[in-house]
Amino acid sequence: MTTMQTSPVQIDIENLSLSFGNTEVLKGVNLAIRPGEFFAFLGPSGSGKSTLLRAIAGFGPTPKGQIKLDGQDIVGSVPWQRNVGMVFQSYALWPHMTVAKNVAFGLEERKVPASEIGPKVRAALELVGMGDYAERFPSQLSGGQQQRVALARTIVVEPRVLLLDEPLSNLDANLRVQMRQDLLKLQRRLGITTIFVTHDQEEANTICDRIAVMADGVVQQIGRPDEVYDNPANSFVAKFLGTANILEGEVVPSADGRSFDCGAGLRIPVSADEATGKARLVVRPESIEFGSDSTKDPLSGSVVSAEFLGGMVRYAVDVNGQELLVDERHTRGQKRMEKGKQVILKLDPAQAVLIRD
Amino acid sequence: MSSAAIARPVRFSSLGPYMVAGIVVLFLGAFLLVPVLKVIQVAFQDPSSGSFTMVNFQDFFNSSLFRQSFFNSVYVSGMSVVFASAFALPLAYFTTRFNFSGSVIIQTLAFVPLIMPPFIGAVAMQLLFGSNGSVNLLMRDWFGFDIPFMEGLNGVIFVQSIHYFPFILINLSASLQNIDRSMEEAGQMLGSSGFRLFRRIVFPLAMPGYIAGASLVFVKVFDDLGTPLLLNVNTMLAPQAYLRISSIGISDPMGYVISCILIVFSVFAMWVAFLGMRGKDYSTTQKGGGGLSKRDLRSHEAILCYVVIFSILGIVLAPHLGLLLLSFGSVWSFSVLPDSFTTSHYGTAFTSAWTFIKNTLIYAGLAGVIDIVLGTAIAYVVMRTNVIGRKWLDYLAVSALAVPGVVLGIGYLRVFYGVNMPFTDQPMATWWGIIVIALAVRRLPYALRSCTAALQQVSPSLEEASENLGASKFRTVRRIVVPLMASGLVAGFVTSFSTAAVELSATIMLVSTENDAPLAYGLYLFMQSAAGRGPGAALGVMAVIIVGLATYLSHRMVDRARQQRSSMEQATGDVA
Repeated sequence: MTTMQTSPVQIDIENLSLSFGNTEVLKGVNLAIRPGEFFAFLGPSGSGKSTLLRAIAGFGPTPKGQIKLDGQDIVGSVPWQRNVGMVFQSYALWPHMTVAKNVAFGLEERKVPASEIGPKVRAALELVGMGDYAERFPSQLSGGQQQRVALARTIVVEPRVLLLDEPLSNLDANLRVQMRQDLLKLQRRLGITTIFVTHDQEEANTICDRIAVMADGVVQQIGRPDEVYDNPANSFVAKFLGTANILEGEVVPSADGRSFDCGAGLRIPVSADEATGKARLVVRPESIEFGSDSTKDPLSGSVVSAEFLGGMVRYAVDVNGQELLVDERHTRGQKRMEKGKQVILKLDPAQAVLIRD
Repeated sequence: MSSAAIARPVRFSSLGPYMVAGIVVLFLGAFLLVPVLKVIQVAFQDPSSGSFTMVNFQDFFNSSLFRQSFFNSVYVSGMSVVFASAFALPLAYFTTRFNFSGSVIIQTLAFVPLIMPPFIGAVAMQLLFGSNGSVNLLMRDWFGFDIPFMEGLNGVIFVQSIHYFPFILINLSASLQNIDRSMEEAGQMLGSSGFRLFRRIVFPLAMPGYIAGASLVFVKVFDDLGTPLLLNVNTMLAPQAYLRISSIGISDPMGYVISCILIVFSVFAMWVAFLGMRGKDYSTTQKGGGGLSKRDLRSHEAILCYVVIFSILGIVLAPHLGLLLLSFGSVWSFSVLPDSFTTSHYGTAFTSAWTFIKNTLIYAGLAGVIDIVLGTAIAYVVMRTNVIGRKWLDYLAVSALAVPGVVLGIGYLRVFYGVNMPFTDQPMATWWGIIVIALAVRRLPYALRSCTAALQQVSPSLEEASENLGASKFRTVRRIVVPLMASGLVAGFVTSFSTAAVELSATIMLVSTENDAPLAYGLYLFMQSAAGRGPGAALGVMAVIIVGLATYLSHRMVDRARQQRSSMEQATGDVA
């Protein structure tokens, strides 16, 4: 098992579209996933991420377009000939078979000699830490254990690609954190190209090399989690990853180059090479601070509300009719500012991102 | 019966629940437990000295007639399961695997056999499939040979498997539908497909449903009295029990020995079903799931499916068709179709059988009322009180399922012949009310299931709200619980009523005069003579219509209850 580091597979998805009846679920998806990459499809429910994953495994209606594994198009081939491994959201362990039988199933279907099946099953179960549970039935296992067995069942056949459909969604919070680290270690060890579907940005951010943010059947943005967070391509991505202030306005010429004008006298300097015209400005709440010098920081407003979030307090501040969220680090014993208090805001223009969508 | 009732500490200061439970136990004790125990006791009793003995069983197995009957009963039940499976399997498979417009036909028509007791169709089947029946006449004409569909045991197997195959179809379809799609996809993902996938994953997952259905068919056929009697096949256990008791008398031990064997087989079949189901609730549908994936049929496949479906349905609906022809036919003998048609049988049936119809409506109606009253009481005590041993109340009521009608009939005759009714001094066993009680006891498990389901959908917090506002326990049950259960109770009543209306095996033993006889017994009498067949068939058609209407109504009720429940859940977010 551990010697399985055969060359990992590149996945190319080109112009993939798919409809359920009259409902278009995927509308021209283009993606390139590098060999050995831990990749995430991140998006809200209904974004098409699970449909896309299932299309790679060969389930659901036949899509238009291409899905290439190392250059070879697999669209139209039946699931049982793809050798694409999938771990189902519900785990889908067969209740009438023991853990060992579940794991052995794929090897039996591949006509692996009986003498090799036993050792392979044991090795796979050891790998996921379930070596002692071979003779149990799935109903005798906890959710986390079932998940590990489902994983062992999938990797034992050495699939070309590993697909994980919301694998952590049925686990409780602590187990989820533990399991995602285990998943990452396992993936690194096997070196297998892996796609992870989730609606939870934290999951995707913590373990995936790159993510594709999906909405409305289209890939909105692809990149490293921090890149995408810092440079959202559009307001959907900005809002879906973390919290963002999105200001409507336009880029106008100013004395020292360009600035973003969102009306009512609120102007923020932006890079001089930005084109003028309608735009949106994305500012993360953690990028705004409370200042003290109104001559240096011309932004000021009044506190509308405050939410205590634990490590920080999130204030809503009214700036000339525009509400901005501002995070302030919370220290022990610190009092919250009252509603209506006048405050000065410090905004580093380098922390703001212009988007045009 | 697993009750999903919310366990709440129940604080009862009064003895009310114990009194209710006590009355139920008294009733079931007197009319279920005592008669059955009596039957078992007599089977092990020396008829002359009254001491314990095994000699009755020895006599039974020493008699070649009884050995033959025993073998025949096992053989007929087993073969009925085989043929019923052959009818049910393709139908269940088509409806659950394919997007197929024929599914609706299957689902509706497959229930039709159940609304007609098998013995009613038996005579019609003779005329269609008997050695001189329509089919064989045609076959002899066209091919020069015939098939002994209805010869001896074949006839019983044929009629029974046609009648009972829906039990397998319903259970198997339900289990197939409950299989999560990902179960199948996981198999495909790992390289399995086609028949191999079906054999290794799909069928094992549907197995509990199949076993439940098959064991039910086995036991129903094993216990059935009416069909073999009407087909004149007496070398089976239930007819032998009936014949011994009715010809030799209630002191003959053979009837009791046979009863014991019937009980043992019933209990055994229920145990098998239980083993099959235990710990194997494979209905795993959850988020991201959904039933097995269905695929569209290519046109030649669709044609093939329709051919299979219509051949099966043609056979399955034959008794109904035959009965209809018989009821309108003037003379039907040695011909493919009746010589001419008439409506006079219906007139005859109405005038001469009015007493039967009236009795049936009274008996089945009363039995239905008793059943929902008992069912509600049991369901309430089991789910909402802390009466000690309340689970046993449930077990006791449901155990009636394992008691064949013949056995209950014999038990009643034995126990209540010596008990005289007050005022009339008539033996209780010959009183018409005893038929009502027998019907009520036999149908109680079905009614109880409806009542339990209905009570489950009434959240305890609704009761607590009423008590909180000052209503007593009794007033809360009357003003809140029962109204909310109403549609479920009506469904329970209708189920009891419609199945009681055509029950024969217990009633045939308990009818003492023709004036007290219900429809099923009347039918049996009519069908005995050639002249009575036409009116008998007309009566049968009427019975089918009554039962069919009642079944339809009960389905409507259950549907409405389900809608009501889902809207209640939406409103309160309460999944009780």
